[in-house]
Amino acid sequence: MEFLSDIASLINSTLRISTPLVFAAMAGIFAERSGVIDFSLEGKMLMAAFVAAVGSYFLGNPWLGLLLAIIACVSLSMLHGFASVTYKGDQVVSCVAINILIIGLTTALAAAWFGQAGLTPTLNEDQRFLEVNLPFAESLRDVPIIGTIYSDILSGHYIFVYLAYLSVPLVFWVVFKTSFGLRLRAVGENPSAVDTAGINVFAMRYKALAINGVLIAFAGAHLSTAVNANFFREMSAGRGYLALAAMIFGKWHPKTALVACLLFGFTDALQIRLQGVELPAIGEIPVQLIQAIPYVLTVVLLAGFVGKAIAPNAIGQPYIKER
Amino acid sequence: MAPVDKSKVPWWVSNLIVPLVNLTLALLVSGLFIFIAGENPYEAVRLIIYGSFGYIEGFAYTLYYTTNFVFTGLAFAVAFHCRLFNIGGEGQAYIGGLGVFLVAINFSFLPVPIVWLLSIAGAVVFGAAWAFIPAYLQATRGSHVVITTIMFNFIAASLMVFLLVDVIRDTAQMGPHTVALPKEQWFPSFKDFAGLFGIKIRYSPLNISFLLAITASVFVWFLVWKTRWGYEMRAVGHNTQAAIYAGISPYKNIIIAMCISGGLAGLLGVNEILGVHHKIVAGFPAGYGFTGIAVALMGRNHPIGIFPAAFLFGILYQGGSEVTFDMPNITRYMFVAVQGVIILFSGALENLFRPQIESFFVNRLNIKASA
Repeated sequence: MEFLSDIASLINSTLRISTPLVFAAMAGIFAERSGVIDFSLEGKMLMAAFVAAVGSYFLGNPWLGLLLAIIACVSLSMLHGFASVTYKGDQVVSCVAINILIIGLTTALAAAWFGQAGLTPTLNEDQRFLEVNLPFAESLRDVPIIGTIYSDILSGHYIFVYLAYLSVPLVFWVVFKTSFGLRLRAVGENPSAVDTAGINVFAMRYKALAINGVLIAFAGAHLSTAVNANFFREMSAGRGYLALAAMIFGKWHPKTALVACLLFGFTDALQIRLQGVELPAIGEIPVQLIQAIPYVLTVVLLAGFVGKAIAPNAIGQPYIKER
Repeated sequence: MAPVDKSKVPWWVSNLIVPLVNLTLALLVSGLFIFIAGENPYEAVRLIIYGSFGYIEGFAYTLYYTTNFVFTGLAFAVAFHCRLFNIGGEGQAYIGGLGVFLVAINFSFLPVPIVWLLSIAGAVVFGAAWAFIPAYLQATRGSHVVITTIMFNFIAASLMVFLLVDVIRDTAQMGPHTVALPKEQWFPSFKDFAGLFGIKIRYSPLNISFLLAITASVFVWFLVWKTRWGYEMRAVGHNTQAAIYAGISPYKNIIIAMCISGGLAGLLGVNEILGVHHKIVAGFPAGYGFTGIAVALMGRNHPIGIFPAAFLFGILYQGGSEVTFDMPNITRYMFVAVQGVIILFSGALENLFRPQIESFFVNRLNIKASA
């Protein structure tokens, strides 16, 4: 039974740790399917974490914090669009600018407003999201197998965890089963053909970026108003890049991207488990090396042991309308 | 607005006026941030100018930061000419520093100038090696260097902390750093030179690495614009398909460009370890690698532009530390945000006012010519 509960808690943390990655990967799918590179997931996630924590602290309600985070992230997405869609600037440069700007701005403002080396004040129970216990979770706990799966693995997560996994089929449906999705993908593959069909390429890309901003805001709010009760410096810790790698590994497809996100989440959960543990034959692995595992895995996955990843055809190129 | 004929635009408009307008916009937005943080932007500017020019130690600090930014700026620029975004300067500099230290400590029986040359080579080799894997994966598997180099920054940080804690730590001391190099290996500092002329200063991190930065700039200019390889590399960056058609291998050029870029970033380790700390201190690259991106973009990826851009960031850094000293609401992260704004305006949004400015000057010149 010891073993079983270990596995259950590992799966439980995998689901939790993967959550921001899933939101970010879904956000990335919208931007990149429309032909706009989005390395700025990292910066937007950090911005959302900051705004959600500060908003919730001042307004006393985490939902209002989330709303402000959405507004902030959509604005950053619009800025990215303004630079790279309207003004045809380099998309990667625009993303790098946003990421560096946000790392600096969030920490600087946290220090200026709260005076604690880049921390925001700890949120109380009313100001943050709490775990959601699914109905009957307590009474079913003692039922073998089902009890473990339902009460120990599925129940007791933050609202964002459920939303993240619900967003995957939703994104799949929007991108692959609606006419909006068809246009979105077409804009990323062959913008001039879409333009010929009378669809506004720029408007499509802006719409895709707006959805991208909404989704990534959830990832940041999850970090600062659910799993943690405050914002701290660089708390996104590369998750935006990890999610992007998962998305590329998942070939810009929600379902396979989800699998890659879960793989990252699992590695991270395992990594936390392994710290300080004596492994047979190897002994204790130094904690710094264990912490590097998710980053190494990202590189390994990107190197693509399942064939070369084919990006949307028009990705990274500003669309120039013929006159 | 109809685009103007590029060949009619005078060089000083596109290379001087436009970047200056973009920089001004960036600084205005930065002033707004300082205002939001609850301080007076005008006072902040005064402090920046005083801190970076007002006294000799301050000015020496400005030049010391300039040295670092020249290295990381050149590093980003070389890769950028091949259309590669090497944002891993931070990690490459960290590992480059390891190269400097290992060479210096293991070859301490050799005459000092030879140790210096070998250490510089060590920095280049280690930095280049750290850039090689992302380069190889980009060339063969198309793994985007932005992600892989960022990951290599994280990995370098973990690896170095591991080494500094468990392997090469100075066990006689508490902190995560190595033993100090023998004193005769330390680079002569500005303080030593000033002493020769009878000028007494307290301490200065400025050292002869500044000369290395000048040498590296000339080297990059020669390599990128005056050699066949530089031409090939720029051809790959400009139009990969055309380059392949002309018989140029993108594979080879991607790897060489990234390795040279990594090697240049590694030189930061020379300044920091031989010149300043004289040992490896955890986290010594301190964001200089990222600042290099802003420096290169502002300097339009040319050594002649990078040097003044690096100097400008030196002013921002040194003046910025004066600001953080006097203004409790401003931390050094404010200047990280300023870098982001500068990258935004001089990189991503560089076309914001370019057509207007260029056509304004072209029209003015036309009127003058016809009059």
